[in-house]
Amino acid sequence: MSRAVIRDSLSISIAVGTYGAAFGVASIAAGLSVVQTCALSLLLFSGASQFAVAGVIGAGGSALSAIAASGLLALRNGFYGARMAPLLKVRGLKRILASQITIDESTAIALAHESKSESDARTGFWLTGGGIYLFWNLATLIGALGANALGDPAKWGLDATIPAAFLGLLWPRLTSASSKIVAVAAVALALLLTPLLTPGLPIIACALIPLIVGWRVRS
Amino acid sequence: MWGAVIGASVLAFAFKYIGQSIPQSLLANPRIARIADLIPTALLAGLVAVQTFAEKTTLVVDQRLAGLAVAAIALSLRANFLVMLIAATGTSALLHRL
Repeated sequence: MSRAVIRDSLSISIAVGTYGAAFGVASIAAGLSVVQTCALSLLLFSGASQFAVAGVIGAGGSALSAIAASGLLALRNGFYGARMAPLLKVRGLKRILASQITIDESTAIALAHESKSESDARTGFWLTGGGIYLFWNLATLIGALGANALGDPAKWGLDATIPAAFLGLLWPRLTSASSKIVAVAAVALALLLTPLLTPGLPIIACALIPLIVGWRVRS
Repeated sequence: MWGAVIGASVLAFAFKYIGQSIPQSLLANPRIARIADLIPTALLAGLVAVQTFAEKTTLVVDQRLAGLAVAAIALSLRANFLVMLIAATGTSALLHRL
């Protein structure tokens, strides 16, 4: 086991884990309780999907819309899982644990170390996933309690926290021309549909754009 | 609201677990992989738009847009995620009080 993988895993765990505080604040601002906010971090444990639940609920969308938007964002974790399974080779309880911590960062660390050493890649996956799980949940609780104590979200500017968080999650994905086209089209479609549909549905409709662009464009 | 919390959690875990359990070849189709890679981009962009401009079913321009603009500037200057969020939140709070 190399020191590099331990260092990488721990530093990303702390850096990403602290963003859990931002989720805690955003979720309270959206109207969820402290217990519901912590339950999302413990049970759902996938940043973008958690922000989507808070975002759709906060915008007045139904529970079903929140689940659909969150689920569409969680689809990619399934692809990460399929990529990680041959590396991890786990069954039973260990597979359940591995599934829960199959997120952007644990997968990225494992992939970064895979070519040099498969054992380092496995260590990186477990350390990063487990470390983020720990720090993310602690930070969520702190953020939620803090926001709960503040009161009116708009007075503290918390109404801008959720869109800014989504922009921060979107930013690193805007690398290719097709991803930029998809993003611009999604903004236009979401705004066009907002006055026409129930809150939540315009966001789900945006999932149609990748179907069209991804089907036709060669990357 | 608990319905959304539990439902979203169950669905996310199901995707994670199914992914770990099916043959990788099933998801190896480049077209499917490309669409899957673009879905988060589309949803996140849609969420940015709705969270910035929507007030239920009407579109409004308020202090959230200023917060978002500051966030975009911070991101283009490669600011840390939390620094960016604090800058955006602070901007909105300031305008709210003016």
